[in-house]
Amino acid sequence: MTEARPALPEDELFRAEIVAWLDAHLCGDYEAVRHRGGPGDEDADPVLRRRWEQELARGGWTCVGWPKAEGGRGLSIAQQVIFHEEYARAGGPGRMGHIGETLLGPSLIAWGTPEQKARFLPGIRAGTEFWCQGYSEPNAGSDLANVQTRCWQEADGSWRVQGQKIWTSLAHESDWIFVVARCVPGSKGSKGLAFLLLPLRQPDISIRPIRQMAGGNEFNEVFFDGAVAEAGHIVGAPGEGWKIAMGLLEFERGLSTLGQQMHFLHEFELVLDAMRRSGRTHDAQLRQRVAQAWCGLRAMRYNALRVLADRADAGLRREALIYKHYWSNWHRELGKLAMDVLGPEADVVSDDPLIRRLQQLFFFSRADTIYAGTNEIQLNLIAERGLGLPREPRPAAA
Amino acid sequence: MHASEDQILIRDAAESFLGDVSSSAAVRAAMARPEGHDPAVWARIRSELGWCGLAIPEAFGGLGLGAPELVLLLEQAGRHLLCAPFVSTVCLAANLLQQVADESAQARLLPLIADGSLQATAAMPATPDWASTAASLRAMRTASGWQLDGEIARIPDAGTAGLLLVLARVDGAAQPALFALAPSATGLVLEELQTWDATRRFHRATFTAVALPPDARIDAPARSADALKRAAALAQLYLAAEALGCAQQCLDLTVAYVATRQQFGRPVGAFQAVKHRCAEMMIRIESARSGVVGAAQLAATAADTTSLAMDCAMARVLTLDTQFFCAQEAIQLHGGVGFTWEYDPQLYFKRAQAGSHWFGTADALRADISEALLS
Repeated sequence: MTEARPALPEDELFRAEIVAWLDAHLCGDYEAVRHRGGPGDEDADPVLRRRWEQELARGGWTCVGWPKAEGGRGLSIAQQVIFHEEYARAGGPGRMGHIGETLLGPSLIAWGTPEQKARFLPGIRAGTEFWCQGYSEPNAGSDLANVQTRCWQEADGSWRVQGQKIWTSLAHESDWIFVVARCVPGSKGSKGLAFLLLPLRQPDISIRPIRQMAGGNEFNEVFFDGAVAEAGHIVGAPGEGWKIAMGLLEFERGLSTLGQQMHFLHEFELVLDAMRRSGRTHDAQLRQRVAQAWCGLRAMRYNALRVLADRADAGLRREALIYKHYWSNWHRELGKLAMDVLGPEADVVSDDPLIRRLQQLFFFSRADTIYAGTNEIQLNLIAERGLGLPREPRPAAA
Repeated sequence: MHASEDQILIRDAAESFLGDVSSSAAVRAAMARPEGHDPAVWARIRSELGWCGLAIPEAFGGLGLGAPELVLLLEQAGRHLLCAPFVSTVCLAANLLQQVADESAQARLLPLIADGSLQATAAMPATPDWASTAASLRAMRTASGWQLDGEIARIPDAGTAGLLLVLARVDGAAQPALFALAPSATGLVLEELQTWDATRRFHRATFTAVALPPDARIDAPARSADALKRAAALAQLYLAAEALGCAQQCLDLTVAYVATRQQFGRPVGAFQAVKHRCAEMMIRIESARSGVVGAAQLAATAADTTSLAMDCAMARVLTLDTQFFCAQEAIQLHGGVGFTWEYDPQLYFKRAQAGSHWFGTADALRADISEALLS
């Protein structure tokens, strides 16, 4: 496919550089994790993928969007897009370090103290310290501000955390967790929260994996029983936790979406492969659905380019607002199409790499429309922010 | 993917002009006129605004802009259900001339379209392939030139056009030939179709021994296969942009209505059942808009015809489905008044159905896309 993308000469040189580096390094042992990892496939050889993170770091390919002063590569937006595209096109393994790199790191750069930056940014950049995100709780899902986990400060200034987090991706593979916890007793909603950084390996934290419908365990429950955070490991002031937590989610959008779409394109091509293999290429109904999926893929790509064309007010722009709902539902449909392409073969637990991948896609994509804002929450946001329709009733914050 | 300042100016000017001259009342008045449009508005579009020359090269007297600008105009035309022979003249006839005609015909006809003095039209196919309209029209060489026999099922705005462009099959030739003729040609009968969508007029054309001079055939045969595909792809893109505008207006009308209509003591737009349906419309519209904008950008590059055809088909598939969905939702969410003649959703609903087979249905386009993906 030809692309409508004006490219500067230095951008094309940069593209050649990342392509050459990946070609020289994403080989040998790492062949085993090409196109592996990422949501729905996080169980794929975490040990090797950690090593890969360090390989990337040695090449200077972690934290490419961070400012140079903070240890990043300081790439322009255009070059970050190229990086994500080429990484995904080459089948770069799902990034174990993405929570630290894309969520916590930018938050520390924006709101962290010099000591926090000095302590945490190098480990994220080097691929030696991995992070997970402790937001959701059993009673704080869509209603994320209904956090019940408590925290309090001891006489020595350290913080203690008591409560439970849930749906914590990769907690079992991580070294640190950032949590929002209630520091003002009796406060409600988004007021009275603190944003704390805790090492996971401590006696007062226990992690229990949640077995998913497809059998994998990428999510966990994390229990805090008076777990300790050092005095200096609170980001922002006590009470500012919600602001930090929401600001961090802003970082989650945008640049990596083009990489995500390369990954989707790869999955779409797997579905075409399966269709050819199963001899169903002449099935008119399946062909209609394949074409529809391809149209959605193209629209998503152009949608992402629209979002990136003007990031100034990305959070308010219509194309940014619809994106999560669009991609997650598209992906879920692709999973169902994959199963229908396989036919009865789809029902048999398989070690065939192609079938196995498609089965994982089918099952895991059911989570896409639930995590990071369910379909229903997305529709509320779109109607309220995009169309100005009346807001849902919200409890008054105490 | 970012609109330039010029593009924003073009869009805003179109929005403000059409807001004035193509209001609901103006559309209804135009629908009732024998020619199906207000000649004064059409004259302003041609002369004062110069829209017909927007995408015609400067060498032929146009502004030399392209698809990215034209889709912005067309979206506004769709939004306001503009009743004027703009689509037939620009998106069908000028497009066909630019892609398929030989240089002498281009030099003769494009400047007349660009300066607004010529209203032209062409056959509207019911399949994604423009050449399909040639199946029912046969051209034979005669001693004095050509003779055309057969029929064309649908030609938009033929009743007011000064020039018709038709494709006809020629015995022994793989590609159809393109002919330009006056609607007054002897042996040509134009019969107006009474259509439910009265915002666009169509005629059936019957050709009985229509004799034409040799230079009535205007295609450049050497490039006609690829060129005709390219012209059809662009026509699909332009119709997609127009359909996008229709869908957007359905959403805007609906949001305005549900925000004010009160039931159970609050605006019906406060109920999630209603909010979510409006949000669903917006998701489809914005994703379709991304498809249209992206395909238009691609059309402005030297992209190969297959890639362009696939992207234009994508834009058309997404906007066709979105247009009908939004028209249907607009009626439903307006409740009882959505079913009336007085409120506008019915106009958009009729346009959505009428347009659903112009250049092929979404199903036919998907079949073509799957062929390209799986072959």
